[in-house]
Amino acid sequence: MLDKVIFFFFAGVAILSAGLMVTRRNAIHSAVFLITTLMATAGIFLQLRAEFIFIAQIILYVGGIMVLFIFVIMLVRLDVALHQIQFSRQKWVALLVTVALALEVGVMLWSSRKVPGQGFLLPNAVPAAGLPANTEALADSLFKAYLLPFEIVSVLLLVAMVGAVVMAKKRT
Amino acid sequence: MHPNLQALLVFVQNWWVELVSGVVIVAVVPLITGYLVLMERKLMADMQARLGPMRVGPHGLLQPIADAVKLLIKEDIIPDNADRFVFWLAPVVSMTAALTAMGAIAFGPSFLVARDINVGLLFVIGVSSLGLFGIVLGGWASNSHYSIMGALRSTAQLVSYETAAGLALVSGLLLAGTLKIRAIVQMQESLGVWFVFLAPVAFFIYVVASIAETNRAPFDLPEAESELVAGYMTEYSGFRWACYFLGEYANMIVVGAVATTLFLGGWLRPFPNVHWMNWLDVLPALSIAAVGAYCVYRAGKQPARVQVWFMWGVALACLATALILAAPLYGPLSFLQPGLHGAFWFLLKISAYIYLFMWLRFTLPRYRFDQLMHLGWYILIPLAIVNVLAVGVAMILETEYGWNRWLALVVTTAFTLAAALFLLRLNDKRSATASSAAPPEEPTTEDSYAG
Repeated sequence: MLDKVIFFFFAGVAILSAGLMVTRRNAIHSAVFLITTLMATAGIFLQLRAEFIFIAQIILYVGGIMVLFIFVIMLVRLDVALHQIQFSRQKWVALLVTVALALEVGVMLWSSRKVPGQGFLLPNAVPAAGLPANTEALADSLFKAYLLPFEIVSVLLLVAMVGAVVMAKKRT
Repeated sequence: MHPNLQALLVFVQNWWVELVSGVVIVAVVPLITGYLVLMERKLMADMQARLGPMRVGPHGLLQPIADAVKLLIKEDIIPDNADRFVFWLAPVVSMTAALTAMGAIAFGPSFLVARDINVGLLFVIGVSSLGLFGIVLGGWASNSHYSIMGALRSTAQLVSYETAAGLALVSGLLLAGTLKIRAIVQMQESLGVWFVFLAPVAFFIYVVASIAETNRAPFDLPEAESELVAGYMTEYSGFRWACYFLGEYANMIVVGAVATTLFLGGWLRPFPNVHWMNWLDVLPALSIAAVGAYCVYRAGKQPARVQVWFMWGVALACLATALILAAPLYGPLSFLQPGLHGAFWFLLKISAYIYLFMWLRFTLPRYRFDQLMHLGWYILIPLAIVNVLAVGVAMILETEYGWNRWLALVVTTAFTLAAALFLLRLNDKRSATASSAAPPEEPTTEDSYAG
């Protein structure tokens, strides 16, 4: 009962503020609602007992990326942007794509409703004591099972970072 | 009984400690904040050979209450062109983030605010860093040049120094091997040494970065009075301003708690495993009793009768606290010792950390913004990276090659300090060439935020 209340609270907040994020005209307001959405999603992660993902979501997305978003928005002249047309005019195409996607998800959920472990189901919560420690489990899989892909990704990110620095550097 | 009502009862039964401590945080932290401000004013007065607040209560002891009442009944001004929604939201975010972060701090082995979550330390630093949004949004919503300058400076500063602080914490966490707040302290207990002695450079980096993160002098560029009036808080007044202030001081407590937990041994008393140092257990009760006795002595010298009574009240409160702290020394009550004395040592360490902050504020002149950025990016962050490597190497030397722990520590710390000297030399050379070669009117990248 309580689990469901908490889940629907976070899910409701996430969906509501996602909608508000799209419809606000002011870019800062959109950013604020995007932050709310991300926090609500983090809450759902926490409810799934994925503490590490929860805090990674808060530190990386909310504390890191959104700060940079707002920083950039503040440097842009908002009053000019407000007078420009903000919504693209391909709304019929967008509507078509949205309906198609929604149908696809719906059909998938409906067709797999009888398969155990899939489809739209609300499983009973596992007691927290029965789960392995989240951070340790993640570290194990990252640094043991998937060590090579992990290292490749980190080198790739490093290359991207160095590339960004080189491109941003003043040419003298 | 209705099943929903029963579920609610079970919920309260399972979680009443957390619910009550949440209420206690919201109720007590503003009071502590008020007295931190009084302490800061008194210390500043002392260092400048003045008396500080003396009028309200004996020695100004009621000044925080008077200030709080003043702030609550002050006119609440919202600028005409301000964005009202964000203007309303920003101080709330700032305060909530700092208060929420306090939820995961452990004040003693058996006494912590929330449950010991698996990512405790990350939770504290992650959530407290959300206070940045309060500053940025508040500065933007005020629709004022000073505010937005303060907000931009603050963002740049916090993003830069959070990296250094995070890397310094990584050095400590390598030694602890866990993110759980309680397990970190227990690790220090079992090793018999505080991590500040095993990773001194990391502690130093964390101190500097946490001063910058809490926007305090000498890094208080976001609210530099001589340049920006009050920075992001310029347009705020009354209760909203008080929210910002509360968030700022609560943040000081949070960084103090993080440093205490990870580097200063948390709730452990000095020399926790040395038996002939057990007389230190008398110290908590004795020191508080001494404060109480001093209050009794001062009470006779108060000018008005009300102030005499109040001083007696303070003295009695101190003596009662001393009695409570002395209770665990009596055999049958010794089960209280970890909780009570743990909380005493923990709060004492936090207070010492905050005292250091205040001391630095009254002694050091403010940095210039480009100097601040240089210190962060050219010295602290590279040094922190080198230090993470050094601590890792020291651990491998100790566990894999059987070196003495202190030998490994001395070698790697010397290496880190050599790196620091090299970085400083490099920085000197760079600034020397920059000031001689570059024409002064050409702004560098960092200068664009300098106002």
